[in-house]
Amino acid sequence: MILSVLSSPALVSGLMVVRAKNPVHSVLFPIPVFRNTSGLLLLLGLDFFAMIFPVVYIGAIAVSFLFVVMMFNIQIAEIHEEVLRYLPVSGIIGLIFWWEMFFILDNESIPLLPTQRNTTSLRYTVYAEKVRSWTNLETLGNLLYTYYSVWFLVPSLILLVAMIGAIVLTMHRTTKVKRQDVFRRNAIDFRRTIMRRTTDPLTIY
Amino acid sequence: TDPIKYFTFSMIISISGIWGILLNRRNIPIMSMPIESMLLAVNSNFLVFSVSSDDMMGQSFASLVPTVAAAESAIGLAIFVITFRVRGTIAVESINSIQG
Repeated sequence: MILSVLSSPALVSGLMVVRAKNPVHSVLFPIPVFRNTSGLLLLLGLDFFAMIFPVVYIGAIAVSFLFVVMMFNIQIAEIHEEVLRYLPVSGIIGLIFWWEMFFILDNESIPLLPTQRNTTSLRYTVYAEKVRSWTNLETLGNLLYTYYSVWFLVPSLILLVAMIGAIVLTMHRTTKVKRQDVFRRNAIDFRRTIMRRTTDPLTIY
Repeated sequence: TDPIKYFTFSMIISISGIWGILLNRRNIPIMSMPIESMLLAVNSNFLVFSVSSDDMMGQSFASLVPTVAAAESAIGLAIFVITFRVRGTIAVESINSIQG
């Protein structure tokens, strides 16, 4: 029941992203998707991901989209919208993706229709878990920091490239800001720029 | 039946994200919001199957997907900012001004 309570606003908001008239609404509609998906991950017992997903997706991605939508004057639902013009081809492509899903479904582990099956799982208690169980963060860190540490270092390079790329792309060399040339500043010889006075300037003749 | 419900949930969100990209021709930033929701749905799919099949590979991959998502959204928004600064309009028809 909690699953349906959590997943239904996510599904509705995921469909409403396309259909919102106001562009601010269409940036705000993925936020219930992110929030409810992280709630679903809490149901699965993945507490680390349920905490990370709002931070990364809502706190970084949705906020930056909101900045862009608010700062650039995006008009409300430009008149040449005409969804029906794109509906045949894009509907066919969407249906092809939907049809590809049926290659995966209808197996033994993923049936097409969730009927009540005879597989009643045995309820057993793992007593070792009650003594000391690993948190989600510990299990991730056991792999990501020890054996597969390359998988951890390469995304840091990805983020570095993204940061450098975003700064380089949007850097706007304005003429109003006074800048100093670093090499010229370092090349100044102080012995030539600073003179030493041999007379005392405070004595009045 | 729990993995099936999680799986259908993430599949519906990801396919509606694909449909959102295809059907949404108004603005460039609105066109890239369903990409983020699609990445989230696929990521949640990885996590669901990692939990249900008791394997840690899904979770270690699913912790790297948000970094890629954040990086490509940042660069996509930077490109959009420049295109808007150069071009003055955000209609999708003018996206071939960054061609070449």
